[in-house]
Amino acid sequence: MTTSSEKRLEQLREEAWEKGVVAGRGVDIAGGPIPKKPGYYGQPVVKPPVWTLEIPLYFFFGGIAGMSAVIAVAAAIFDHVDLARAAMWIAAIAGAVVSPILLIMDLGRPQLFLNMLRVFKYRSAMSMGAWILTAFGGCAVPGLIALELHSRQLFPGALDQLLRLAVGVLILGAAIFGTLLATYTGVLIGATAIPAWFLHRTFLPIHFGTAGLGSGAALLELLGHRIPALNFIGFYAATIELALLIWLSIDKHGAADRAIHEHGSGWMIRIGEVLNGPLALVLRFFGFVPLAAISFLLGVLVSRIGWVAVGKVSGSDPESVFVAERY
Amino acid sequence: MIGEGTHSTNQRRHNYVQENVKVGFFTDPTVCIGCKACEVACKEWNQVPDDGFTWSGNSYDNTGRLGASTWRHVMFLEQDRQKGGQIVGSYFPGSSDREDPFRWVFLSDVCKHCEEAGCLEACPTGSIVRTEVGSVFVQNDVCNGCGYCVVSCPFGVIDRRPEPLPEAGGAFKCTFCYDRQKSGLVPACAKVCPTESILFGPLDDLRVRATQRLQELEARGHKDQHLYDPTETSVRGIHAFFLILGEPEAYGLPPKPQVPTIYLKSAWTAALATAITSIIATLVAFAFFS
Repeated sequence: MTTSSEKRLEQLREEAWEKGVVAGRGVDIAGGPIPKKPGYYGQPVVKPPVWTLEIPLYFFFGGIAGMSAVIAVAAAIFDHVDLARAAMWIAAIAGAVVSPILLIMDLGRPQLFLNMLRVFKYRSAMSMGAWILTAFGGCAVPGLIALELHSRQLFPGALDQLLRLAVGVLILGAAIFGTLLATYTGVLIGATAIPAWFLHRTFLPIHFGTAGLGSGAALLELLGHRIPALNFIGFYAATIELALLIWLSIDKHGAADRAIHEHGSGWMIRIGEVLNGPLALVLRFFGFVPLAAISFLLGVLVSRIGWVAVGKVSGSDPESVFVAERY
Repeated sequence: MIGEGTHSTNQRRHNYVQENVKVGFFTDPTVCIGCKACEVACKEWNQVPDDGFTWSGNSYDNTGRLGASTWRHVMFLEQDRQKGGQIVGSYFPGSSDREDPFRWVFLSDVCKHCEEAGCLEACPTGSIVRTEVGSVFVQNDVCNGCGYCVVSCPFGVIDRRPEPLPEAGGAFKCTFCYDRQKSGLVPACAKVCPTESILFGPLDDLRVRATQRLQELEARGHKDQHLYDPTETSVRGIHAFFLILGEPEAYGLPPKPQVPTIYLKSAWTAALATAITSIIATLVAFAFFS
């Protein structure tokens, strides 16, 4: 009880002692009969996400995998064979091994994960995601095998030409599904009933996709592929992230998305955005490329965890839901 | 209705499933006595695990809110307002200059079985389906517990059941007693409701009855009663609708619920734009900076 209500209680006691009757209202005790919390006793209106750390980690690795395939195609076109091979290795490991494992671990009933492929529902971002990830894995793994076989010149003449064609088709397929793999995760959480998420439904796919591209390039740079093209991608991604940080800071919706602007989980998003936006940009500008790459990757990871954490805070806040429905 | 005995739609056998009749619940707090028989009947029939034995301090509601193991939830609202022609006591004894209105409202909350259901649209396994009677049903042997329906329900009804409860990991919510209805029985909560505050029947009939009930209440001097059935939003109406006193926020009901699929268009547009710009940026990088 606060001091003011204690004082009021003392007043009431004195009044009762002197007059034998008390005029006026008593003291509202916290949790007392008249609800003071918003909504129904402050109970959440929508359900906060049940997702644990696996999901933000999947967003991180899925983004790297998908956009690495894009880098692989461009590298293959412009004759950077070693870079294309490295990028496809990242795409295959992050997209066809790490991502499915994380997704299956997050399921309430992991043994039923194949049920994801029972139906194709274009109106469910989760269903589309399951198919995108499957298609990506179906292109990236054979694409990597074909690329490795082709680059070692194991087969003669006509067979090698066929292999070359297969490499082209499969890597291109991986790149196309890869761009979707890196961006659909933004749609996934953007098209929900969680206020902080659906109010940023256009922001999230841009953020997740661009962060994926920058992380793919950053990881390749850390693996020793220091070429100007990757440096340019690093500049590009960090610039977009800087713009997104400014957008996020300006585009406020009051109580509806206060989880982003007032809460600790919102700080995770902003710290992440500073690491992969302005800081990565400055470090890269002064030539500290590996540091810029590390800063970018760290920022992407932290902000991914932050976005899922913000969903939990925002979903538990009844007032956010009421206010968000006015937008 | 009361007095109809075995002829009441809450008591008589039916063939709604076989005849594809859209059914619903109309829940009326003005006759609810807060006995929680619906909660008990639901748990007994559906063998739902307990939802904890804690004291909430929120009036007589120790259930909390709807969830994986709470499919009916009786709300206890305490408001400093007058209910109908209720006689209001004075602010303090021996005086009549100020009134101290107080009302207690009980409302049995349940899955709304939306016309456009967020959970059903979101489900990637096809586990959540629409039944013959228009209700939304989770086929629990198909659900793999991805948790996407949980964040897609605009009413926060469905949830994933945590360990160590039986059948943990799957998503659960009200089944509209689909198993009972297939055999011509009335949902357990409506069957047991002693005041027919929960009214079960064909949706069209219920809507007519609800309108009549509103007029009745108005004639008795009630002032802030209205129907909670968001037909004008993208949810396009709910099959379990409510008569409420006062604003929906006080019941934890969203005033303008939206089915999240309406956000898909703008989100996918942003995703495709990002996909294309990323490809272009990468090609530019390799074409001009190699």
